[in-house]
Amino acid sequence: MEFTAARDLDDALTTKAQQPDTQLLAGGTDLMVEVNLAHHRPARVLSLRRVEELREITPERIGAGATWAHLEHSEHRALAQAARTVGSPQIRAAGTIGGNIGTASPAGDGLPWIAAANAQIVVRSAERGERTIPWNEFFVGVKRTSLESDEVITAVAVPADLPVSQEFAKVGARNAMVISTVSCVVMAGDDGFRVALGSVAPTPIRATRAEAMINAESSISDAALEEFARIVSNEVRPITDHRSTEAYRRHAAGVLARRLVERSLR
Amino acid sequence: MNVTITVNGEERVVDVAGPESLLSVLRNDLDLPGTKDACEQGECGSCTVVMAGETVCSCLVMAADADGTAVVTVEGLSDDEGLHPVQRAMLAEGAVQCGFCTPGFVVAGSHLLDTDPHPTELEIREALSGNICRCTGYGAILRAFETLTGEGT
Repeated sequence: MEFTAARDLDDALTTKAQQPDTQLLAGGTDLMVEVNLAHHRPARVLSLRRVEELREITPERIGAGATWAHLEHSEHRALAQAARTVGSPQIRAAGTIGGNIGTASPAGDGLPWIAAANAQIVVRSAERGERTIPWNEFFVGVKRTSLESDEVITAVAVPADLPVSQEFAKVGARNAMVISTVSCVVMAGDDGFRVALGSVAPTPIRATRAEAMINAESSISDAALEEFARIVSNEVRPITDHRSTEAYRRHAAGVLARRLVERSLR
Repeated sequence: MNVTITVNGEERVVDVAGPESLLSVLRNDLDLPGTKDACEQGECGSCTVVMAGETVCSCLVMAADADGTAVVTVEGLSDDEGLHPVQRAMLAEGAVQCGFCTPGFVVAGSHLLDTDPHPTELEIREALSGNICRCTGYGAILRAFETLTGEGT
């Protein structure tokens, strides 16, 4: 195996341009599971762990190398809540938001927040420089993204006008150390409610029909919340797999979204 | 490639050929079998070590990527003078059953006490939430930590 530990971002981009097939390594919490289970034996690996620039967090940008342990203290409430539910202290010390984005698992706990925030994914290559991609164009399928082979994810670009009212919740088989069965972020701002869900489609999604319905209500009654939950359940596109069934995920998506709307009304 | 890791205060050089984990190198190349190999997916915490000042699952660290770091394993917590206070407390409370998870709990728990000598019960539970005991000796494990922090009985 050929292993390169990038010293800085330029070094990483140069290596990625020269070796587009090289496997990027951030916190290792996804890649090493594949390696240990002998599903994947990369011939070339480029580690980003020493790249300081990727760890910078500003109000406008969250560096791709920010770990969940850092993001537990994020100013963005729902992102901090999501970070706290990732894995264990050991996993949160290693795993990064950039890795979550690059792996693009439907169950990625950071992804519903990105969708609710209407954030953009910032990527960079040596040849073409920086490119900023809307989240819904970046995630294209299960573990598939529009990242080009010479590019590295550098940051999440955070819109300036994010609602302060944000809630995250997820459902899983237990309280700690769990991969999401359904995850949800609700933001409540001047433009109304935004509802994003994870683990219920090939990519993170916004429940746009449910958003339109609830945002058309002048006052939110129990009946309206009931209808809202029903639309969310219908709108998601989950599958049955080893973690849960389609029917349960539909049900849980509606319950979670309704619960978070109610929480943000309090 | 040659990888240099400071393990328990001693600089060690290992020739790493592939993407194998730090866990594998500790156990198989450096003759430090105290760190246990169980799930290899980061779920069980039995391979917990301290790397660069933070607890991590050594099964999820690519050994090549540990080059230049300092790692502390369970072997580094006791010396000829005797056991680490966490180990003594776990013995006293009968917090060891089959013992397979114990090194992970000792490393995660001692790291917590190094960073915060007086954690609350909730903080202890959180710090140990990445360590799974299949004998379900959690009650005794928590009591052991409470004797060290002044929490509980």
